[in-house]
Amino acid sequence: MHTAADSSIRCENLTLGYERHPAVHHLTVEIPCGAMVAIIGPNGAGKSTLLKGIAGELRALDGHIHLPPHLPAAVEGIAYMPQRSELDASFPVAVFDMVAMGLWHELGAFGGLSRAQRQRVSAALDAVGLGGFAARPIGSLSGGQLQRARFARLILQDAPLILLDEPFAAIDARTVDDLVHLILRWNEHGHTILTVVHDFEQVRRHFPTSLLLARELVAYGPTRDVLTEALLARARHLSEAFDDHAHECHVKVAA
Amino acid sequence: MSLFELVAAPFADFGFMRRGLAGVLALALGATPVGVFLLLRRMSLMGEAMSHAILPGAALGYLACGLSLGAMTVGGVVAGLVVVFAAGLVARASNLKEDASLAAFYLLSLAAGVMIVSYRGRNLDLLHVLFGSVLALDDSSLLLITAITSVSLFGLALLFRPLVLECFDAAFLRAVSRWSPVAHYGFLVLVVLNLVSGFHALGTLMAVGIMILPAASARLWTRGLAAMLALAVTLAFVGGAVGLLLSFHTDVPAGPAIVLVCGIAYFVSLIAAPGGLIANRLPVHRHLSS
Repeated sequence: MHTAADSSIRCENLTLGYERHPAVHHLTVEIPCGAMVAIIGPNGAGKSTLLKGIAGELRALDGHIHLPPHLPAAVEGIAYMPQRSELDASFPVAVFDMVAMGLWHELGAFGGLSRAQRQRVSAALDAVGLGGFAARPIGSLSGGQLQRARFARLILQDAPLILLDEPFAAIDARTVDDLVHLILRWNEHGHTILTVVHDFEQVRRHFPTSLLLARELVAYGPTRDVLTEALLARARHLSEAFDDHAHECHVKVAA
Repeated sequence: MSLFELVAAPFADFGFMRRGLAGVLALALGATPVGVFLLLRRMSLMGEAMSHAILPGAALGYLACGLSLGAMTVGGVVAGLVVVFAAGLVARASNLKEDASLAAFYLLSLAAGVMIVSYRGRNLDLLHVLFGSVLALDDSSLLLITAITSVSLFGLALLFRPLVLECFDAAFLRAVSRWSPVAHYGFLVLVVLNLVSGFHALGTLMAVGIMILPAASARLWTRGLAAMLALAVTLAFVGGAVGLLLSFHTDVPAGPAIVLVCGIAYFVSLIAAPGGLIANRLPVHRHLSS
């Protein structure tokens, strides 16, 4: 029997950070599977850190993250897309090959591409509107096209839980629309999606649920209840100080 | 002097030239592909630093057993690995970036190595260590170099896909698999092995030359990775053969001659290649239709 706790991502008193300074502080939140959540908050609010923590890239300083047990082993069940700056576009590799690596779970380090798999890669390229670009080096793509290619790779990864870190930064409106529709379609198929978004207009239009973060949780719930002037002002106020000489935190949370 | 006398006769008449040619071919096949990845990972200068890190190990081997191939190789590999892993550890655990910690380690290594060699050896030995002896390769050195080349080719084939991903999108590789550290450290081991093999032929100061210069030239001409690898290996082999002939006819040391010829190929590429200096400044007469 599936209880609610079984099919949700639960952060319990979660603290994540760097050099003992918390970037996410005592966060307790439960996100049901199949949700589509925008993670919002000012710069330095810990949004990227939270995604890294859920993706397993960062160890919790305190607290726990419970992933639903029906997710396959962490690495395979989660598709995590970090911010774009981490990709070296000057490397001489073709768009097709880059996108095909979305099939890593099927190919591993050594497997070759079957004919059917090549067709799936081509279909993914078509789905993001990069049909004619397969043989081009990734360095010849524009910023928006490169982002489309990364989404094509996500299509092939086909993970139940998708974490996107600012996928729409510095991208034109039409590309954003196309990519948002891809995300919506994933969500319709039952994928859980957590996305860091900066543009409140996009959040209001597309994301039913929002998580407002300012190191600690400010609000989580239906977007129209979260995106209020009072809560946003509170988030700005909370996220301003980063105290170099902070004392040890002794907050106790009732179990 | 006929073309035959200029190009073929030295190899036909002299065994040491044939050995040198075989050594250069092995280096081109083993070290140059590794150099291509060093270049693409923006680690060219770190390769240079690592090559100096090998010196004290080789020198200790020399101190213990004289000019013994095995002792110097084992010493060099151990010293290279220690420096690489120590630098990696320092970079991960402290505020220093990997290049800074590596620079610190290699400077210490180089100083220690030169001191150890000069403590016991003669100047001739120091020259051998610094500039190699591609024209005096005996059977065992040649076997060692070719064995390292075989290991290196096999290792690169094994690591190829994770390594390519680690180069251009390490975050993605970390997200989908646990191959990232394997690719990174496996690659560094290959670098050290090839530096030791280059060290026997070209010396510790020149070993990186045959890795980086052909790779940089090939990068200027090609767009795909496969073409880049093929062209770099070809350039390294041709440069090596021409360097050997230059050394034979003009009586200069072979190691620097090989690296200089590779350098000339690099400058020609820099001027003439599509990715070079002139092509980017030529006026475009007719652009393509949109």
